[in-house]
Amino acid sequence: MHNPIRWMGRWSVAPALVLLAALAIGGPCQPAWSQDPQPTAEPTTQEPTAEAPGEPAQASAPEEAAALPEEAGTEATADAASGRSESMQWVDEHIFDLDRGWLLLVVLIFCGSVVFWIAHARSGRPVKVRKIAGLEAVDEAVGRATEMGRSVLYIPGIQDINEIQTIASMTVLARVSRTAAEYDAKVEVPTSRSLVMTTARETVQAAYLSAGRPDAYNQDLIYYVTDEQFGYVAYLQGLMVREKPAACFYMGAFYAESLILAETGNSIGAIQVAGTAMPAQLPFFVAACDYTLIGEEFFAASAYLSGSPEELGSLKGQDMGKMIVGGLLILGVILTTLASATGSEVLQHFVDFLTQNVLT
Amino acid sequence: MKRTAPLLIASIAGFVMIVAYFIPKTQTWGEDVSVWFDILAAIAFILGGGNLLRVQLKKISDRRPGWGYALITLIAFVVMLACGLLKIGSHPNEQYPAFAWSGTYNQTGTPFWWMYEYLIVPLQSTIFAMLAFYVASAAFRAFRAKNVEAILLLGTAFVILLGRTAAGVFLTDFIPSDVLIENPTFLQHLVSTLRLENLTVFLMDIFNTAGNRAIMIGIALGTASVSLKILLGVDRSYLGSGED
Amino acid sequence: MFEFFRNLDRRWIFLMMFLCVAVPIFVIGKYKTTFPEKPLVLATNVFNEIDNLPDGSKVLLAFDYDPGSEGELGPMATAFTLHCIKKHHKMYFIALWPLGRQMIDNAVNRIIKADFPHLRYGEDYVNLGFKAGNEGVIKVIVTDLRKLYTTDSRGTATDEIPMMQGIENIQQMDLVINVSAGYPGTKEWVQYAVTPFPDRIRLVAGCTGVQAPLLYPYIPQQLPGLLAAIKGASEYESLVMAKYGGENISGKYLEAQRRMGPQLVAHLLMIFLIIAGNVIYFVERRRGVRQ
Repeated sequence: MHNPIRWMGRWSVAPALVLLAALAIGGPCQPAWSQDPQPTAEPTTQEPTAEAPGEPAQASAPEEAAALPEEAGTEATADAASGRSESMQWVDEHIFDLDRGWLLLVVLIFCGSVVFWIAHARSGRPVKVRKIAGLEAVDEAVGRATEMGRSVLYIPGIQDINEIQTIASMTVLARVSRTAAEYDAKVEVPTSRSLVMTTARETVQAAYLSAGRPDAYNQDLIYYVTDEQFGYVAYLQGLMVREKPAACFYMGAFYAESLILAETGNSIGAIQVAGTAMPAQLPFFVAACDYTLIGEEFFAASAYLSGSPEELGSLKGQDMGKMIVGGLLILGVILTTLASATGSEVLQHFVDFLTQNVLT
Repeated sequence: MKRTAPLLIASIAGFVMIVAYFIPKTQTWGEDVSVWFDILAAIAFILGGGNLLRVQLKKISDRRPGWGYALITLIAFVVMLACGLLKIGSHPNEQYPAFAWSGTYNQTGTPFWWMYEYLIVPLQSTIFAMLAFYVASAAFRAFRAKNVEAILLLGTAFVILLGRTAAGVFLTDFIPSDVLIENPTFLQHLVSTLRLENLTVFLMDIFNTAGNRAIMIGIALGTASVSLKILLGVDRSYLGSGED
Repeated sequence: MFEFFRNLDRRWIFLMMFLCVAVPIFVIGKYKTTFPEKPLVLATNVFNEIDNLPDGSKVLLAFDYDPGSEGELGPMATAFTLHCIKKHHKMYFIALWPLGRQMIDNAVNRIIKADFPHLRYGEDYVNLGFKAGNEGVIKVIVTDLRKLYTTDSRGTATDEIPMMQGIENIQQMDLVINVSAGYPGTKEWVQYAVTPFPDRIRLVAGCTGVQAPLLYPYIPQQLPGLLAAIKGASEYESLVMAKYGGENISGKYLEAQRRMGPQLVAHLLMIFLIIAGNVIYFVERRRGVRQ
């Protein structure tokens, strides 16, 4: 069937990019050095000064804001400070938030890069992806559970389906379920959100169907427990200790429960694979699990597992984004260092422009 | 159609959220989409409750291992729900004394309040406190000086563990601090940084922040990439499979 | 001994940890002593942000935590509330966590009603309660508070509450204080409140230890001050007590400093365990090489 979303993506992105880029460039591009250096233009986002170590960077901001009588007055001052004409102010209020123009430009460059590489991959050119051990281990873990005659426990995090990590988790669940269907292993998916349960059921059912085992699908193994974080954890701990699953997958958004779950899994000798984009929980998973998908590896799972050129192309686009960010970081560091070392006003103005316009 | 409709909804809602961020006139659209999700999520509580009842009742009727726990879950669920919904023990609002149900469900002294205060609070605190035990056992098992990186990690762990307590101040109290010096020289500042409490802040602020930023940039790009793929319909795996 | 440690059952570790936490709690409870605290920059910044506001400023206190993290975050919530009271700030309490509402009630009952009964509800403080929707709530209330908060937690219409007069959105607050145990929390407040309105919304926060590393990147531009876990709470508490405590300070206002005792002993145990684990590792490796 012709997919309207793909059609929309293909034909609407390019003109939208051009239009929005034009808006972005035409927006807040008044460079700092071209503005009238009146006292009203004094930036409120000052860096902490050497004279006042430990003082808050914006200590005077609330007083300044409070001193202004009306919100409209604040806006007027901000517009005057940015040196915008009346027509630009009108545009800012009605058509496009000019303060966010640079952000839009960054978004467009990144999205453009992803779209470009997707199109590039569609044209048939090969895209190489390195091996991700955590995803390779799926077969091993499910195979081991089958050999031992025990179940596979899949935990899709504790966030709802509007969390992108939970969506990424569904992709891995599809693969785990499909492998389990092929091996005839039991996959149990207790969820902490009922919408996640519904989505997981759809995912697992489709996986069993695509593995040619629709009869083996049992929706009762995917069920809701509780929204309460620690209530959910208590249930999972009990389940692990009682049923001793041979393989445990922790894929999604996790908080304080990550180590409790992973250590309990370790104590029952389960093979454990984790994946999350919560930086604070990564050390715990790395310490207690056999394999861990770290941050973006977890998001790459969909492309990696599907192997479709379109999705692999998006990874390449993502890498391009990383290179751009890396390049900008190095440029910023060099410029700031040079500005500080040479005392050059032009460089300092440029750095101020970058920090106060582009990066805000 | 089964797949196209959800894809269209996801795409339109996603693009509305993006547009609302940049175009002031459409800001309320984004808020409306957020509210729609809240409505869905609220309705999903009923779905969740229904599923909980079904699964636990089935466990009990099948006499599966651990059915006793299912019974406890069921009783706790029904009792808490009844106390909250029926506002059992709740006094009417002072403004509307004629209306029996005008009080709040969690007034002090009500059964709901009692269960919350004396069951939920201690139980939640207990589970969270168990982290301390698991952290200790994981540290004993996993922290090994296997190579140079691991040794650095160990050293950092010791500094942070000591620096976050009074021991840090006590152990390095002999190192002069630059806090009371009006204009400390670079050397004085450097020496002062060697105090454990300052070294902790330095490690957390510089090395930890740098590492975290790198991971967060990767995650942010990954998130944006996955979101874009979902909005454009390239990634449909969350709907079950990649096939239409 | 070596064999004992090599095959150490984790329950022994659990027992050691239990003793390392329980004994100091008992000792500190009995002798009412605390370790000396030296406030560092981030805690000082939080203190200054609140203290430098003119008396009677409008402060939004978002208690986004639950009983699970009460042990870590409760003392800082107490200190924040006390500090605001001492500065005569107008306190607007909200929660994005379902159980956060009870955390607000705790603060109101334990501090305001118990020690400052002269403060009047609706004039000095108001509890707007919990709203579902996570960061969606923040996105809405930064521009339109009344769209979501038509009533307070008692069901009184916000139009009838004196201190809500003229409050249309949280950009009108002089400061936002967030006590955060996770999602939604400080990160969301930074992303959806401070980032879109950097000149109008000021935010300071207190968070759990595990969250703190995630929030350091936002310091100082989007987040001028941060209390990281009980240590940060202890530093801030010592600052508040030094300025406003006076003599005969009630024990509930020293909770953070008291909890530093068990933390010290538990950290020492962790160091011991890590060293013990490594000794075992190296002895085993040497034996392996010899064999």
